[in-house]
Amino acid sequence: MIHVQDLVKTFGEVKAVDHISFDVAEGEIFAFLGPNGAGKTTTIQMLTTLVTPTSGTIALDGIDPRQHPHDVRRRFGIVFQDPSLDGELTAYENLELHGVLYHVPRRTRTERIERLLKLFELWERRDAVVKTFSGGMKRRLEIARGFLHTPKILFLDEPTLGLDPQSRNQLWTHVKHLNESERVTVFLTTHYMDEADRVASRIAIIDHGRIVAQGSSQELKAQTKTESLEAAFLALTGSTIRDERADAADQMRQVARMWRR
Amino acid sequence: MSAIYILWLREVKRYSRSRAQVIASLGQPLLYLLALGFGLGPVFEKAGQGSYLQFVAPGVIGMSVLFSSIFSGIGLLWDRQFGFLKETLVAPVPRLYIMIGRTFGGATVSMIQGTMVIVICLIAGFRPHHLSSLPMAVLFMALIAIVFAALGTTIGSRLQNMQGFQLIMNFLVMPIYFLSGALYPLNNLPVGLRIATRIDPLTYGIDGLRGAFIGTSHFSTGTNVGIMSAVAVIFLTMGARSFARIQV
Repeated sequence: MIHVQDLVKTFGEVKAVDHISFDVAEGEIFAFLGPNGAGKTTTIQMLTTLVTPTSGTIALDGIDPRQHPHDVRRRFGIVFQDPSLDGELTAYENLELHGVLYHVPRRTRTERIERLLKLFELWERRDAVVKTFSGGMKRRLEIARGFLHTPKILFLDEPTLGLDPQSRNQLWTHVKHLNESERVTVFLTTHYMDEADRVASRIAIIDHGRIVAQGSSQELKAQTKTESLEAAFLALTGSTIRDERADAADQMRQVARMWRR
Repeated sequence: MSAIYILWLREVKRYSRSRAQVIASLGQPLLYLLALGFGLGPVFEKAGQGSYLQFVAPGVIGMSVLFSSIFSGIGLLWDRQFGFLKETLVAPVPRLYIMIGRTFGGATVSMIQGTMVIVICLIAGFRPHHLSSLPMAVLFMALIAIVFAALGTTIGSRLQNMQGFQLIMNFLVMPIYFLSGALYPLNNLPVGLRIATRIDPLTYGIDGLRGAFIGTSHFSTGTNVGIMSAVAVIFLTMGARSFARIQV
């Protein structure tokens, strides 16, 4: 369902993604694990037509996002890592807008919006503008929105960041359900090893833009001779703490990027 | 079509909810109208040109439409900052529709803004020569709104962050306004200014507004409509192309 080969993305001289290759089969739940700044989000951005790769091949359901971005966009749904709601609109209006953009028929739309808002306990606040919401509520709304339509491929970029255990549980139950009943292929990134262990059928570990290992949770543990996925992860990526790049050179780059081309 | 509509509606809703912004954006035209209209009035009259308030009011109306339409387009930068832009960029809707919904939403909002300035002008003592010319005035407001909302979208698509905003303000928006003949008559200008005013698309929009409101214009209505429509098509095409190329 997702085929990636020798994918590269460079920003200036920084290689954010460095020759990665992997395949995700239809109906699979695939987890991308990696420290901060490892290239997880950049990979998702390339898969979802938001960023053009420097080189390499991508095919989603057999289609190249560079050649046919519109056809690719019809096949996936995404929950972004960082906020993407309109703060001036109400919770309901945000979902309504999403439903219209994703061609969900009116009746289904109304039903699903109500069900999802209730599921994520936002129904009482549906007519409040989103900028008055707490961080956790906004996050729940983003996730509810991601489930409004049923795509072939669902991208979840660190979906549980800032979620309480209850919502986290709701989220994974829902993902599992979609995966089993609708055969939705799921591509997720997370920092929480227990989550990846629990839901993902296959895991790739990415570090410094390269995939350092991939396989099932068992295979990764066996490969590193460790007891838990967390220990396997640390064995593969080392235990130094990573900072997201934001040095002087990076700031210069941002200024230069202000005027693209 | 429903995608265009919902994005148009979003712009209108956002506008109607930001009362503080609505009032703030009426301040500047009011200042121009009162300070210039009454301040330069006596000189203008001595020069034998009639009432300056009558002359400048269409210019001030055009100004408010210009400012709010161009800023609605640049509002794209806020959506980029707050992340909402991504949500529309990955949606299975042609980017052209998204751009059109946004741009026409912005244009609608600036026409509402322009209408409020018309009311203020009327209160200040501005008298249009004939009510039958009102549809023509609305047409010119719409043309100004679309031209500059599309220009704003083009700029907003190419800028990465707010740092460039001041640059755009000082080197694009203000010159467009001051070189448009909004504040002075277009005849007997020095060569340099004469050329600049002819290049500035807002010139034809304001001249058209003036023709509709007070019955005197420098160019013919046909010329004004023709040039503004052509520029609208060019800017919309530019906006659509830039918007289609956005990367996050």
